[in-house]
Amino acid sequence: MTTDTKSPSTSTKRNPFADMTPARKYTLYLVAGLLVLSIVQLLEGTNQLTAPGTWSAALRLTVPIMLAGLGGLYSERSGVVNIGLEGMMIAGTWFGAYAGWQWGPWWGVALGVAGGALFGLVHAVATVTFAVDQIVSGVAINILAAGSMRFLSSVIYTPETGGGATQSPRIQDFIGTFDVPLISDWANTIADKGWFFISDASGIIAGLTTGVSWLTLLALSFIPATWWILWRTKWGLRLRSAGENPWAAESLGVPVLRMKYWGVTLSGGLAGMGGAYLVVVQAGIYREGMTAGRGYIGLGAMIFGNYNPFGLLAGAGIFGYSDALRLRQDSVHGILLLIAIGIALLMIVSLIRKNYQAALSQAVFAFLFFLWWVLTDDVPGQIVTATPYIITLLVLALATQRLRMPAADGIPYRKGEGH
Amino acid sequence: MKKFGLALLAPIIALAFAIGVAALALLAVGVSPVEAFGLMWDFGTTTTSIASIINRAIPLYISAVAVAIGFQMKMFNIGVEGQYLVAALFAGWVGGSIVVWAPLHIAIVIAVAVTVGALWAGIAGALKVTRGVNEVVATIMLNFIGFSVVGFFLGNFFAVDSGALNQSTPPLPESGQIPGLNWIFTTLGFTEPRGTELQGFLIVAILIGIGYYLLVWKTRFGFDLRASGANPGAARMSGVNPKKMILYTMLLSGGVAGMVGLSTMFGKLHAYTQDFPRGLGFAGIAVALLGRNGAIGMALGALLFGFMERSALILDLNGIPKEVVQIIQGVVVLAVVIAYEVVDRFIRARELKAANEATKAIGSNGQEVAA
Amino acid sequence: MADSDRAIELIDITKTYPGVLANDGVNLSVGLGEIHAIVGENGAGKSTLMNILYGMQSPDSGIIKVRGEEVTFSSPKDAIAEGIGMVHQHFMLADNLTVLENIVLGDEPTKGVALDYSYARDKINTLAKQYGMPLDPDAMVEFLTIGERQRVEIMKVLYRGATILILDEPTAVLVPQEVDDLFDSLKELQAEGVTIIFISHKLDEVLSVSNAITVMRAGRTVASVLPSDVTAHQLAELMVGSELPKPEAGESTVTDIIELSISGLTSLHSDGRIAVDDVSFEIHQGEIVGIAGIEGNGQSELVDAIMGVRAATSGTILLSGVDISNDDTKDRRTDGIGIIPGDRHRQGLLLDSSLWENTMLGHQTQPPFEKHGFVDKKGAKARTTEVVERFDVRTPSVDVTAAALSGGNQQKLIVGKEMMASPKVLIAAHPTRGIDVGAQAAIWKELRDARADGLAVLLISADLEELIGLSDTLLVMFDGAIVAELEPAEVTPTTLGSHMTGVKIEEAS
Repeated sequence: MTTDTKSPSTSTKRNPFADMTPARKYTLYLVAGLLVLSIVQLLEGTNQLTAPGTWSAALRLTVPIMLAGLGGLYSERSGVVNIGLEGMMIAGTWFGAYAGWQWGPWWGVALGVAGGALFGLVHAVATVTFAVDQIVSGVAINILAAGSMRFLSSVIYTPETGGGATQSPRIQDFIGTFDVPLISDWANTIADKGWFFISDASGIIAGLTTGVSWLTLLALSFIPATWWILWRTKWGLRLRSAGENPWAAESLGVPVLRMKYWGVTLSGGLAGMGGAYLVVVQAGIYREGMTAGRGYIGLGAMIFGNYNPFGLLAGAGIFGYSDALRLRQDSVHGILLLIAIGIALLMIVSLIRKNYQAALSQAVFAFLFFLWWVLTDDVPGQIVTATPYIITLLVLALATQRLRMPAADGIPYRKGEGH
Repeated sequence: MKKFGLALLAPIIALAFAIGVAALALLAVGVSPVEAFGLMWDFGTTTTSIASIINRAIPLYISAVAVAIGFQMKMFNIGVEGQYLVAALFAGWVGGSIVVWAPLHIAIVIAVAVTVGALWAGIAGALKVTRGVNEVVATIMLNFIGFSVVGFFLGNFFAVDSGALNQSTPPLPESGQIPGLNWIFTTLGFTEPRGTELQGFLIVAILIGIGYYLLVWKTRFGFDLRASGANPGAARMSGVNPKKMILYTMLLSGGVAGMVGLSTMFGKLHAYTQDFPRGLGFAGIAVALLGRNGAIGMALGALLFGFMERSALILDLNGIPKEVVQIIQGVVVLAVVIAYEVVDRFIRARELKAANEATKAIGSNGQEVAA
Repeated sequence: MADSDRAIELIDITKTYPGVLANDGVNLSVGLGEIHAIVGENGAGKSTLMNILYGMQSPDSGIIKVRGEEVTFSSPKDAIAEGIGMVHQHFMLADNLTVLENIVLGDEPTKGVALDYSYARDKINTLAKQYGMPLDPDAMVEFLTIGERQRVEIMKVLYRGATILILDEPTAVLVPQEVDDLFDSLKELQAEGVTIIFISHKLDEVLSVSNAITVMRAGRTVASVLPSDVTAHQLAELMVGSELPKPEAGESTVTDIIELSISGLTSLHSDGRIAVDDVSFEIHQGEIVGIAGIEGNGQSELVDAIMGVRAATSGTILLSGVDISNDDTKDRRTDGIGIIPGDRHRQGLLLDSSLWENTMLGHQTQPPFEKHGFVDKKGAKARTTEVVERFDVRTPSVDVTAAALSGGNQQKLIVGKEMMASPKVLIAAHPTRGIDVGAQAAIWKELRDARADGLAVLLISADLEELIGLSDTLLVMFDGAIVAELEPAEVTPTTLGSHMTGVKIEEAS
């Protein structure tokens, strides 16, 4: 509760970006980004950065992160920090594999969601009913999930062929894929032509429209759906109020505790779906440790996206893309130049905003990455494996935005506390 | 002393609950919990087992202390895992590459481990202080990056034979090894443990525990630390510099974390190898939670976890899934944090009542009424 | 049927909290369409009574009648259903939601699953026009002024069809001009048939706008009067039960020696707006400088800047002639600046720590609290015992946690520990907030005694009586800047109120 007298419009700094409409701004980003990619490819002598294969993979790798981040969004919007997303995702992978093996991939999705939601419910009980510290509970959930999945594996999978204490038998089938009619063919044809910028652009389009899993489509639909739910429905308003000012909500008769339960359980279900996706779309089996920190990266994507679904998608996309690139050896070196140019652009924006301190640190980083690119031909394998994690750190460290966390996020709420 | 009894109440309840859940899980797969637990107990209380348990508890305890230092300030150093592996790698390489007078040799290895661990944690601390990056995500990312760094350096520079299946740093010479403590058992009249040597690093672990206790509860730095965790606004107003505090805490925590792998290095493997024990960082978090960041509580928690892991070995030989121990560990962590919260509320309500009685007894001059 | 010219009747209401008798057989009778004021000091039980009326608490015994019919409320929703709406003293608004969202929350109009925004917008605009309270439904609450936020709170209850409004200390955060606006609105509401109950301790306002007044003291109703029958002085006596403390005129103890000198101090918010605007003033030894101003005009930022908790973009701070502008908070404290923080929970206490640890807070690097880097528990306990005795902190021991103490006792502990650390300069922000009258007088005496001994005090308060009674010099802050320096003995409410709202007045000062 602030009692400041403020006037709304004086705080916008006068700079060219502020005057653009969002549509114009994002189109500019898109075109600029594409240009940078094309240039880097030219300099590197590779076409992997915009190849259809890369972007297909990027899409597939983005979705689980996005789902985990979306889960985080529902939880944090209701005011509960959820570090346990990783554990909920692990549950999703395990249950997804089990059901996928027993009954089929879509059952895998269903059970994966249920498994994640179960752990979400546990987190809710601990943090909402017992007001345990939310981060502590999240960490405990991760430990519990890992341990229980290991137990279940040893009991259920070991006697089976192809199974073991850390691995499940193959699932029956993967989720089906489809090509977007017309566009996919057309884009693929143009991508092969090798024309600067145009082929690059259509390479991206080809990758995004070919061999798309139905589950991907479903998952992507959750993004606009979430926006609509949170900002256009009664339930969504109540959920947000639980995260912004639960005391005000309570005084108006909103069942705050129930909203938080919903938010947290849903977040578990979404993370679980992300885990299931890893199994039924990509790997085909459950393997211990296959989530590899994606639950946490999803959190990073959510923070990067400023707690709204579209930004979240963008964040997850960055991580997915970098993940896809690292699997294509000869493109990894180019990432260095990409990063260097990206940071340099940030630096230019900082200069325009007259934020000299940030511009300086960004200049230093840009230069370092440029040096690295110039001085090496190749990036060693182990560093490559670390790419998504390094990118996450970089993104969080360098993106200086004014983040708008839900006002009562992370604060334990006890009913009837008044104010 | 009633408070002490109450303090133990929560973990005992949690443990009982966890055992109950595990019993249910065992029943579900057709195993008699009584038989399973009985086997575990018999096996776990032999002298050899006790030595093994203490050995397992040592790194768990050090890891818990590292985490607890951060917890005191409500900072979550989830990165102990990466910190101790990177530290052990460099310490092992340095230790295996020199030969000096034994106490000095050991001191150098420890110093390298502490420094590297502190620096690795310091990255997260610096990111938080300068860019406001959440330390949970940062330390977790650094874990994964740490794994890569270890692989990179081991494979390309430090390994004795980079073609080997299990790459290793050069082994520590005699001057870099710490003698065992099995003689304590024999002196006390017990049978000597077979096949296991009680690690000498135990002494260091105990020292770390004492140091932790003194630091957090007896020094002014510890006061600042706890105040920063309890009420950052009040701590700030009282003169504590929040940025310095964050940085020092992460460095301290990382420094202690660096030592987690040393007991294994000095007492068993005598090098950093590719099959160096993993997971000690996360287990340390569990032990810290179980022991509620208390020097003795965490020791008990570490011993408990050590007991569970050791006694689980016997389960395998009897066809019982030893992963049931994982369930106990997972459930007990969650149950204990809930139990602590419940016990806390109970204590707080009692104190409030007592204070109200005192207010009434002294007289009703100027009662504050909920207006 | 039932007698219906009484909007509300509360008969023999009793309510106890642990250790505290909040309401003791309270009676209240409010006529339909009346503006009814409930007056009483801090702790008289007014808020508890209204919480009961609004369904947030249930009475231990007693009867509630609305429009002649007996009712029981199990939650605010029941009270709302009876047409009762409450506007709390501390606004319950979500900054990141719009005005519309804040208003409809809990009672959302829907079209299927979706929120019916156009219905809500229309209804709000209609109500706003009907009751003369302009509002922009799509504005983000974060950017509203206090007066506007209050309007949103009132609109919240009107939207739900409230015909009986309860306002808890509505003018606490308003200046005289905004108070007038509010009272105009209240009269318009009354003309539309709304009954209004409001709680206040500001007697002039109460007399000017209400049709009936109920006086409460120590959990009981002591009088029900008409404004035409009493004077403010009589009301005050009824409220307090004895003579009002008068601002003491004593000999001036102000010396020539400047202890604290602030010049050109400027500090910015994180988004670039000015928080503290080129502030300059001096405090001499033996002087209390008071700063008046509506909360939120930069006072807490000024205090934070002086303490070093907040960065200053320019300006100098001299303590005993020494430039401390670049010093750490810790150094400023050890050099002799003490502070009684305005928000004791956020800046002044470790609630889960013992009292003796709380006494250390702010002085932990100095004796008797620190010895060679270690905490001196004995010394800390001894000092705490002194504080508890001298400042009458009610507690069973110095080992209990601070959370176990009542708000008033917590405040006494803080005041005591700061004053007993022998500061050179004491910043006292709302030092007697939440403290009963007796303890308040005791603290004022301590401050005066310390001033006579040479202490320099910066007093920030919303209690005009406290400011006028204690200050040797009175400054007014508005919009982050010092806009006036006034003579406490000669200032009038109009002058003060105008300066506090930034109104320029042509007046020979």
